[in-house]
Amino acid sequence: MPQLFPRSANAYSRFTLFGSIFLIAGIGYVATEINRSGYGTQTDVHVDQPVPFSHQHHVGQLGIDCRYCHTSVEETASAGMPPTKTCMNCHSQIWTNAAMLEPVRASFRTDQSIEWVRVHDLPDFVYFNHSIHVSKGISCETCHGPVNNMPLVYKANTMFMEWCLECHRAPEKFVRPREAVFEFGYEPPGGDQQTLGERLVAEYHLNPKADCSICHR
Amino acid sequence: MSSVIDGKDGRHDSDGMPGTPPPAGAAMSGLSLDTVRERLAGKTGRVYWRSLEELAEAPEFTDLLHREFPRQASEWTDAVSRREFLHVMAASLALAGLAGCGPRNPAEKILPYVKAPEGFIPGKPLYYASTLLDGGAATGVLVESHMGRPTKIEGNVRHPASLGATSAVMQASILTMYDPDRSQVVTSLEEVRPWNSFVQAMTQALAAQKAVGGSGLRILTETVNSPTTAAQLQKILADYPGARWHQYEPVNRDNVVDGARMAFGEAVDTHFNLLEARVIVSLDRDFLFEGPGHLRYVRDFARGRRVVTPGKAAHGADNGHEPAAHHDAPSGTMSRLYVAESAFTNTGARADHRLAVRPDMIEPIVREIARQVGVTGALAGGSLDANTQRFVAGLTADLRSNAGAGAVLVGDHQPAAVHALVHAINAALGNVGGPVVHTAPIAARPENQLESIRTLVADMDAGRVQLLLILGGNPIYTAPAEMEFADRLGKVGFRVHLGLYEDETSELCHWHVPETHPLEAWSDARAYDGTMSIVQPLIAPLYEGKSVHEFLAVLTGETARSGYELVREAWKAATGGANFEAIWSETVHDGFLTGSAAIHSQALIRDAGTFAPAGVSTATVSTGPVLAFRPDPSIGDGRHANNGWLQELSKPLTRLTWENVALISPVMAQSLGLMNGHVVELGAGGATTKAPVWILPGQPAEVITVHLGFGRTRAGRVGTGVGFDANKLRSASSFHWTGGVTIKKTGKKVKLACTQDHQSMEGRHLVRSASLSEHQKNPHWAHEVGTHEPPRDLTLYKDYPYNGNAWGLAIDLTSCVGCNACVIACQAENNIPVVGKSQVWRGREMAWLRIDRYFEGDLDDPALHYQPVMCMQCENAPCETVCPVAATVHNSEGLNDMAYNRCVGTRYCSNNCPYKVRRFNFMQYTDLKTPSMKLLNNPDVTVRTRGVMEKCTYCVQRINTVRIESRKANRPIRDGEIVTACQQACPAEAIVFGDINDPNSRVAKLKADTRNYGLLTDLNTRPRTTYLARLENPNPDMGKV
Repeated sequence: MPQLFPRSANAYSRFTLFGSIFLIAGIGYVATEINRSGYGTQTDVHVDQPVPFSHQHHVGQLGIDCRYCHTSVEETASAGMPPTKTCMNCHSQIWTNAAMLEPVRASFRTDQSIEWVRVHDLPDFVYFNHSIHVSKGISCETCHGPVNNMPLVYKANTMFMEWCLECHRAPEKFVRPREAVFEFGYEPPGGDQQTLGERLVAEYHLNPKADCSICHR
Repeated sequence: MSSVIDGKDGRHDSDGMPGTPPPAGAAMSGLSLDTVRERLAGKTGRVYWRSLEELAEAPEFTDLLHREFPRQASEWTDAVSRREFLHVMAASLALAGLAGCGPRNPAEKILPYVKAPEGFIPGKPLYYASTLLDGGAATGVLVESHMGRPTKIEGNVRHPASLGATSAVMQASILTMYDPDRSQVVTSLEEVRPWNSFVQAMTQALAAQKAVGGSGLRILTETVNSPTTAAQLQKILADYPGARWHQYEPVNRDNVVDGARMAFGEAVDTHFNLLEARVIVSLDRDFLFEGPGHLRYVRDFARGRRVVTPGKAAHGADNGHEPAAHHDAPSGTMSRLYVAESAFTNTGARADHRLAVRPDMIEPIVREIARQVGVTGALAGGSLDANTQRFVAGLTADLRSNAGAGAVLVGDHQPAAVHALVHAINAALGNVGGPVVHTAPIAARPENQLESIRTLVADMDAGRVQLLLILGGNPIYTAPAEMEFADRLGKVGFRVHLGLYEDETSELCHWHVPETHPLEAWSDARAYDGTMSIVQPLIAPLYEGKSVHEFLAVLTGETARSGYELVREAWKAATGGANFEAIWSETVHDGFLTGSAAIHSQALIRDAGTFAPAGVSTATVSTGPVLAFRPDPSIGDGRHANNGWLQELSKPLTRLTWENVALISPVMAQSLGLMNGHVVELGAGGATTKAPVWILPGQPAEVITVHLGFGRTRAGRVGTGVGFDANKLRSASSFHWTGGVTIKKTGKKVKLACTQDHQSMEGRHLVRSASLSEHQKNPHWAHEVGTHEPPRDLTLYKDYPYNGNAWGLAIDLTSCVGCNACVIACQAENNIPVVGKSQVWRGREMAWLRIDRYFEGDLDDPALHYQPVMCMQCENAPCETVCPVAATVHNSEGLNDMAYNRCVGTRYCSNNCPYKVRRFNFMQYTDLKTPSMKLLNNPDVTVRTRGVMEKCTYCVQRINTVRIESRKANRPIRDGEIVTACQQACPAEAIVFGDINDPNSRVAKLKADTRNYGLLTDLNTRPRTTYLARLENPNPDMGKV
């Protein structure tokens, strides 16, 4: 009886068997990389808003403090989105006829909220609290990036869990003096974050646990 | 008499156990009570057991023991075959890969305010003081509100009736508010109509009544204890002199009212200051579970029985015992509780001496006590058997030696003469003014409600009623059967119903107006001690509801006024008006008017010789079975029937859910050859109904107890058709119990949803109890039972260091009254879903916190112990080591964290948990679709989906909130600052949470007590939740009664 398979079949079968492992691993690798890429995380991609509100203009150029609008950032989990009234504090006086601001005026007139699109959207099973972070010397800029230079806000960081843990496991690399929390472009004295960080960790009694239930509950 | 009913012809509900052989039915037939008695007799020492099935080692118990879920419950039995399933799964897996490449999460919108309200910070809950009715009286609450939606009810620490505690029913009322089955619109003959057209129709009808002086106008309410409602009704009665106001509730206090009138010649309310009582005698009164002021009574009762025995200083969670190095004597005293009762109640379960008797035996007992304590003119009690004599002699001796520091309480369902006699007994012992307090009545018009509704029905029958307003209540379902309320109602020309639900009564009315929930409208009420309390709305009415005040305003021509204005003005009139603004704002802030408790009245007792009901000189006790009617411990008289939390709540004594049964004693069961689940036909007064029986050890031998509130025909999608309607057997003449009852076997058997054998821990000294005198002799007894703990280092895993806080919980079994408040509080706080009856059968109930109930000793007269069990947060947690995905891991403060988003549902953790405290979402139990149910969820806790394991976390969301606040303020967390939901609800203060690393914390001190022990510590799990063994205080001069 003749051989059913030629000799080369051995090579083919080896190639298929091992190849499939590499193929599956490869697909997995590519999928992970896509997920972690800017495309997957949507970092650095600005989001269109009903009113093209420019943080660059209001924060960077006019120097309005973060807390003028995000009022509850020091008090509670949510930093707070400003009510239309906050916009109208100024814009009932200046740029009162600007077409760009019509949605703001319409909101104030009709008592309907402006529908902002969320940029930093954490999963619902994550419980992040702004107030504890800003009170312990974690700056707005540390997570949200150079908002003072953003004409339209984009996500500057991935918001992955590993990114959170980077700081929770080594807060000295990121912590700032409390006075500088709402500053942009802060530089540690002499550029030495490590020395400053270690001092502040001791001074602020920083112990950001990395327990699951700190964020998941 | 050993007729065994075969399970094969048993009924299996259509939704039950698809594709599985009838499991328990056939097995039950193997169990006989004779075996149980034999086994029990063969045991020595204190014997604790959970159920008859356990004692008999019946297959359905051993099944549950060996597998957490009954046979086949966890298997794939749906119509889809395994092959087909894999087919579908393969496709969906492939698609899932594709889905991963699609666009990211849908964009989420943020909608800020246009003008933000003052003092309102998004993300920060606000708490408002309000009031709920509990046991018929006002109880203060603080309601948590997230962004304008109430999510959780907590007790008001400053309110005298609450002191921070709540009941299960109060906790569950938040679910009723969001119940999508509530009536939502004004309807006329099932047609949706606007409120204005109702007002129009009413105005016309009222105009006709005005012409005849209101002679055809009748208003039927439930017991009114709202001063505003009372004032409105008075005004209406003045405007329409011919009109009549009737009150009726199926579980009422007629006998209490009549008894007080008989004793004092005037209406007098009685309440108790149990902190001052050394001897408490309850004669068929479940004062620890129901009635006005019961939460306060539990608090005072528990405080009056607190014994502290400091042992070695607690260290960490180690609860191991050491030889008595320093032998501290127990400090603190215990009051003593005697209970004679005609059903097994939570109060009876706490008794130091309990006597189970027929309900009609209470009167002779009371007469005998009266005679022995020297009530002048009291008639003799008739003949009592030797056992009862000994009981009575023991308690009267105790009462007399503690004269002035005793309290005798009697059940609402006992006849008026008994109430009058008990007043005389308390007066004769000098208890009045001490533990017993008399005040002017808190109800707006105390009256005999049975008489009231009888008059109404007679008027309706005679055609004297043209306009009937039914404000709350459900008389079609609750009125005594022989009154034929439905039939008589048909003779009324214009019938209006105001209620939370469209129910049996609204069906027969011309108009139905949806009522507001107490959390939606302004009102007021008085507490058990008379304290004036404010009902403050937390949310605008979800539907087109009207409060009773707004409804009555139609009759007084004040339709333009809001409920707020009506209540406020009534208060202005009541408080005199001077300095009103300050009083009002303080009252609204506090939830009640400070110092408004009724003062002790010096009502004088009349001659006890007059306390015999006409025609009866001495009570004559009949023989033969007695059928007694009681409100259901969970859903009351049926008003909470559509509340899933309460329906699924395991009832304190029976551990049954979704069911009412005929409770019978083991003796009766044996003589009739009945077993649990056998269906019988109960007959009384010519009516019959079919009911499954349940054997309750400790039930008086001849008494059959049935619970009201079930068998509703129009309650909503949860409550309709659950259980049987016991009202059918109830008549006005035998309102509370009836002799002449027939009980007939039907040969049928049903499977009841009972949780008592679920999550069993296989014996091993879980409950420990001793008497106070035993404790005084040897305070270390709790450690001398039970197996030895292995040394701490006998483990393969390394010790976790706990440098900061280490959370722990101590539960005092002496205090726990098994009221279930903690169970529902946990459910509300942690978004725990309801699973339904067929899932409970499979052992899949989700409650994180369960209360295990153990009987001790004799089958016919057992003692009863409660033990709340939740996650023990083991330091050597068996669950953590088996999780393949690290979804449950240890944290630095000693909690066993549960990351729901990581869980893949292997259930290894649950299999490995010796305490059986983990719960698995076998199905999508949480309602993610109904809009109003979404509003109910606590936003601080993840809502779990199918396939996820969950468990108690010591309310980690509350821990985190407090930790963040303390860290922001740079200070340590204070003891008592974190309160878990169960601890907060507990009226007995039995649950204490805190930091065990702080030797001065309350929990550390409790854990240092010699009574402190852990469950299954021989497994070296080192649980953080520990128990303080139960102490009882029996009368040393009395043997066991």
